[in-house]
Amino acid sequence: MIEREQVLHVAKLARLRLSDEEVERMVGELSGILDHVDRIGNLDLEGVEPTSHVVALENVLRADEPRPSLPRDVALASAPEPQDGAFRAPSPQAE
Amino acid sequence: MTDLLDLTALEAREAMAAGDLDAAEYTAAWRQAAAGDDLNAYLWQGDGEEAGAIAVEAGRTAPIAVKDIFCTEGVPTTAGSRILEGYRPPYTSTAVRRLLEAGAPVLGKTNMDEFAMGSSNENSAYGPVLNPWDRERVPGGSSGGSAAVVAGGLAPWSIGTDTGGSIRQPAAFCGIVGLKPTYGAISRYGMIAFASSLDQCGPLTRTVKDAALLLGILQGGDPCDSTSVGIEGGVSLPDREDLSGLRFGVPKELADYDFDAGVREVFEQTLRKIEELGGEIAEVSLPSSEHGISAYYVIAPAEASSNLARYDGVRYGMRRGGDGDLIEMYETTRSEGFGPEVKRRIMLGTYALSSGYYEAYYGQAQKVRTRIAQDFAGAFADVDFVVTPTAPSVAFKLGEKTDDPLAMYLNDFFTVPMSLAGIPAISIPAGLAAPEGGGPQLPVGFQIAAPAFAEQRLLDAAYALEQGIGFDARPGDADG
Repeated sequence: MIEREQVLHVAKLARLRLSDEEVERMVGELSGILDHVDRIGNLDLEGVEPTSHVVALENVLRADEPRPSLPRDVALASAPEPQDGAFRAPSPQAE
Repeated sequence: MTDLLDLTALEAREAMAAGDLDAAEYTAAWRQAAAGDDLNAYLWQGDGEEAGAIAVEAGRTAPIAVKDIFCTEGVPTTAGSRILEGYRPPYTSTAVRRLLEAGAPVLGKTNMDEFAMGSSNENSAYGPVLNPWDRERVPGGSSGGSAAVVAGGLAPWSIGTDTGGSIRQPAAFCGIVGLKPTYGAISRYGMIAFASSLDQCGPLTRTVKDAALLLGILQGGDPCDSTSVGIEGGVSLPDREDLSGLRFGVPKELADYDFDAGVREVFEQTLRKIEELGGEIAEVSLPSSEHGISAYYVIAPAEASSNLARYDGVRYGMRRGGDGDLIEMYETTRSEGFGPEVKRRIMLGTYALSSGYYEAYYGQAQKVRTRIAQDFAGAFADVDFVVTPTAPSVAFKLGEKTDDPLAMYLNDFFTVPMSLAGIPAISIPAGLAAPEGGGPQLPVGFQIAAPAFAEQRLLDAAYALEQGIGFDARPGDADG
């Protein structure tokens, strides 16, 4: 149903690194779940509108006015390695 | 002391208002009871000395246990995940803020399946919660801690969240009342997101009246959650004593579905009780509900895979590895921070949304969702409520389903359709049944669903039925 290469590809998209054992288990488990889920693939739903949300709300807007927000030090308090008043992460350009 | 803890939250509130109950003494008694947690139900407990936003003077309202998915300023909030270990949010969720404003001190934060993904609480990074009725069994999930504390006498009431059954199923497994309100009744602001189009906060209580009281405190529109609208007219305490003139629809598809004989027996007894109380039983058809699990296990993981992208080790929570490489850091953090079920759902959701599969899975699931909502609309043209068992079995054994994710997912068979349709549903304890494999009797939940925002009618009927059933079994009864 789902193959090893697909599992590795999806893991890459999801930024997950899976051990060989996890990949193997994932192949079996995802295949089992997808077999069940695939039942809806055969339903004739031509012309049925998709539901993304159950509450019938139009766009909810508010006045675009400045409001107080979290102070910088509070926002940074849980950051793993803040520096110079900013979040810090490794460079995306590292090779 | 015991007398104090026997009061329902409503009775305590009335006694405090009348000056017959000392609020500080009452809250202290509950803090002491909570400190005796031997179910692994609490992940953090307050001592009343907390500083800042979470502090509230004991008063007006019974103290409450809060599922660890609700952000509480300055107080640990993990969502049952290793990736948020030690995280102290800089703000408080609207649901908890409303409780504090009502004068309800927070007793503690309750254990849960990681990011609310699970039906047994075994997916918590901090170990499973034990069912107070039988410690070898699960309390249900994902709000297992919130259900166990109420059933086990460790809190007078609690709040949880329900995405596909996560309030109703643990309430059923623990013999208490659990209500999933209409999507939009309560603000989701500060409630850590799992599947945003389905997640809803709700009460877990000993009685239907307590559920009504708690819903009244929690509900309301919130500018911080644009999907929240509240319940027009608010919620009043139910006092209906009979069910005359009300029609209860039983899905005819139930006949074809294989579930525990003991659960079926309690369900059928409850239908007869409804008739005794003057209610009418009618047959309805929900033909698309059998596809609820399939649609749910596409939609919920898809939304989760997107929501959980935020746990990347940059702004809060765990950061691991990388050695100067960003992608490496992301992957190491997420691989070490997330547990197996969360990884499975992220994988499932990412796959369902990936190029070439989107229409076949997500698009199709959203159409099934429409069909399910249409089924309910059709049923409600004929009946006031739709009723089913809450879960296909009583509480199962720890470890019994951990090796079979699909079997675990099928636990949500009866609860998922209401979530997909966004309608309110309540589980009330209806009786006891022996587990299939034998053993002492365990609670069985009876689920009642109503049209969107018909919470008042739902609570009124549930109250009348609760009084009629007179369920008064408690954990430990069976041991003599």
